[in-house]
Amino acid sequence: MSLISIFLIFFFYVSALIFISGLSYKLIQYRRTPAPLKIPIAPSALDKKGVLLRYFREIFLFASLFKANKWTWLFGWSFHLALVLLFFRHLVYFWPGEVPLILYKTESLKYAAYPLIFGLLGLLARRVFVDRIRYISAPSDYLMLLVFIFIALTGMMMTFANYHPNILMVKNFASGLITFKWSELPGEIIFVFHILPVFCIIAIFPLSKLLHAPGVFFAPTFNQVDNARKKRHLSDWASKKEDNLEINLESKNLKDK
Amino acid sequence: MSTDNQIKLPTYVETPSIRKDSMAGDGPFKASVEIQNKLGFPGEKVENWQQVAINKMAETKSKYKSVQVFLDSCMKCGACTDKCHYFLGTADPKNMPVARQDLFRSVYRRHFTFAGKYFPRLVGAKDFDEDMLNDWYNYFHQCSQCRRCAVFCPSGIDTAEISMAAREVMNVIGVGQKYTNQILGKVKKIGNNLGMPEPALKDTLMDLEEEIKEDTGVDVKLPIDIKNSEILMVSPSADFFAEPHIDGLIGYAKVFHESGVSWTLSSYASEAANFGMFIGNYDVMREGALRIRKAALDLNVKRVIIGECGHAWRVAYSFWNTLSGIGTGAEDEYAMRLQNQLDSQYPQPQHMIEFTYDLIKNNKLTFEKSNNDHRVVTFHDSCNVARGSNMGDIENGQFILPREVIKAACNNFIDMPKNTIKSSTFCCGGGAGLLTDDLIDLRIKGAKPRMHALRKSEQESGVNTLAAICAICKSQFSKVLPNYDFDPYMVVSVHQLVSDAIVLSESLKQKD
Repeated sequence: MSLISIFLIFFFYVSALIFISGLSYKLIQYRRTPAPLKIPIAPSALDKKGVLLRYFREIFLFASLFKANKWTWLFGWSFHLALVLLFFRHLVYFWPGEVPLILYKTESLKYAAYPLIFGLLGLLARRVFVDRIRYISAPSDYLMLLVFIFIALTGMMMTFANYHPNILMVKNFASGLITFKWSELPGEIIFVFHILPVFCIIAIFPLSKLLHAPGVFFAPTFNQVDNARKKRHLSDWASKKEDNLEINLESKNLKDK
Repeated sequence: MSTDNQIKLPTYVETPSIRKDSMAGDGPFKASVEIQNKLGFPGEKVENWQQVAINKMAETKSKYKSVQVFLDSCMKCGACTDKCHYFLGTADPKNMPVARQDLFRSVYRRHFTFAGKYFPRLVGAKDFDEDMLNDWYNYFHQCSQCRRCAVFCPSGIDTAEISMAAREVMNVIGVGQKYTNQILGKVKKIGNNLGMPEPALKDTLMDLEEEIKEDTGVDVKLPIDIKNSEILMVSPSADFFAEPHIDGLIGYAKVFHESGVSWTLSSYASEAANFGMFIGNYDVMREGALRIRKAALDLNVKRVIIGECGHAWRVAYSFWNTLSGIGTGAEDEYAMRLQNQLDSQYPQPQHMIEFTYDLIKNNKLTFEKSNNDHRVVTFHDSCNVARGSNMGDIENGQFILPREVIKAACNNFIDMPKNTIKSSTFCCGGGAGLLTDDLIDLRIKGAKPRMHALRKSEQESGVNTLAAICAICKSQFSKVLPNYDFDPYMVVSVHQLVSDAIVLSESLKQKD
């Protein structure tokens, strides 16, 4: 096997390891950290059903972002939606052995690449041209968009331009990563340029702002039910303050009614 | 009216181009050694402050899920950048909510994350040095913790949580704010924010009773420290002396009088506002809540009702059941002691607006609405009521109930523009410990978006009265309205409108 194949296979497992361990660590940390107070943000959900509804609106429609800024919403929403569609489009490559019929029908999802690049370029343009957003952007914020754009462009070149890699070798390589039956990369270098940055993204996921994806589910502002008066909400560390049941504040003379 | 520093309002709220460092400075007055020590904080900046601060940050993020999650999950999308009234009013980029959080986040990244430890420049991680601390103190005291930004954040990040955490860290290293911490010391010692002692409080209430008697001919009482009353009323202490707040207190008294339910104030717990929230300190906030718990137990009341005060209502509605067990649905011994005493038929605690609203719905109150006909009223949704609480336990009740109460007492009610009310309401510009003269420049600038909306309603609908249900809003507006060429006396309590229109049944009988 070629050196570059070995390197990429190795790099994939390192990335996957960082992703799984890092993300597990973060998820456990988020889960274990108590939320001592009820802080849902308006429009608050008065019951659990309301919380689910709120998450539906936030996750699938980016409702808060829509309220905030229509351009950012348009770019951000197209980008994320396209990302999900393209994930399904790529399953066919990773699927080991016999591929379910439904995955062959995802062919047309490849056109999601256009909203993907549209969204990414829009987000980048906002970051560059809107003074407020330029102010809050660190180098990593630009870099991350550029990496995604690079992945999108190489992917589009392989799909829509005349840079098609050997599809059978792609399939063997990708599914081999899942089944540990490693095989050679296709010869076309553009494929390497496509997957190397993807592995990078996988690796930095738990170390970067990409944590907004799991983070949104742990935001007490979103996930709490607004029922503080009806049900006592108490964290472990706060309940320890009540070990002494008496209130030792000064006393007072009071008149009877 | 001061005409020399009046601010011209544009025809629409513009998002300004950023002007770096336009609000740079040293922040509000710092608390003295004595003030700090009263709250158990170091009096002066401790020697190894940087290390102490980092340790406190570690502790805070391990105790508050909000802080830990919010520090990680900002993707810098910029949705919040034009949502803060202080940014809109000052154009200082550090008043953009994300940039304000980043003061905290950049230190967090430097000290607690892999990327920030090894690639600080790449991810914008920064050391906690003197300049950074100065920026913390300055800009975390240009945040009124009004949570408007959080309504627009796709990740649900609430800058108020970060702002509270930052103030807590600063207090622990001995850098506290004079205004807030001095007031907290007064509550701790005397029981209210003003430091108004019991005899003065009782005198004031007697004067008010006489005043009402003169006005109406009816003996409306303002009882205090009466054991076994049905209701304990806890209102912001500004209601006892400040204009226009005091007319609201008269309004509560008239409503209670008409309801026929016995009620009492408490000289021990004569403050509803809880500034402990502003400094993000659980213990200080809890102590404030415990005073009220003790008053409720000592007075053996069945219900607790809160007056018109925004932060008070958020703390009471959202936090009291947690802090001191004033609420319902507890299963632990501590809270059940109190909750068994309280009447579980009613939500505990209740807002005065809820109480009045219930009476109106049950046709227990009569209004002569024409008494308010000289007014065209609009309603300012106070930030902490609007975004951190509910009323009536119905969806959006915190927006519906106050408006219904106003409409019951007034013929002319007009809402301000849609993106400036309800959950998108603009803060008055004086919340969370900023209602102090050393921050007057900030307060005037921060009020701009609200003033703009008010001007629009004035021009389009002839609005001449601004009703509010928060002591801070009322004081702040009274102060800054002249800067925008408004009449400072146009601010009223919602219960002042009630008071002016309510028909006391005894006065009818007297006429007969």
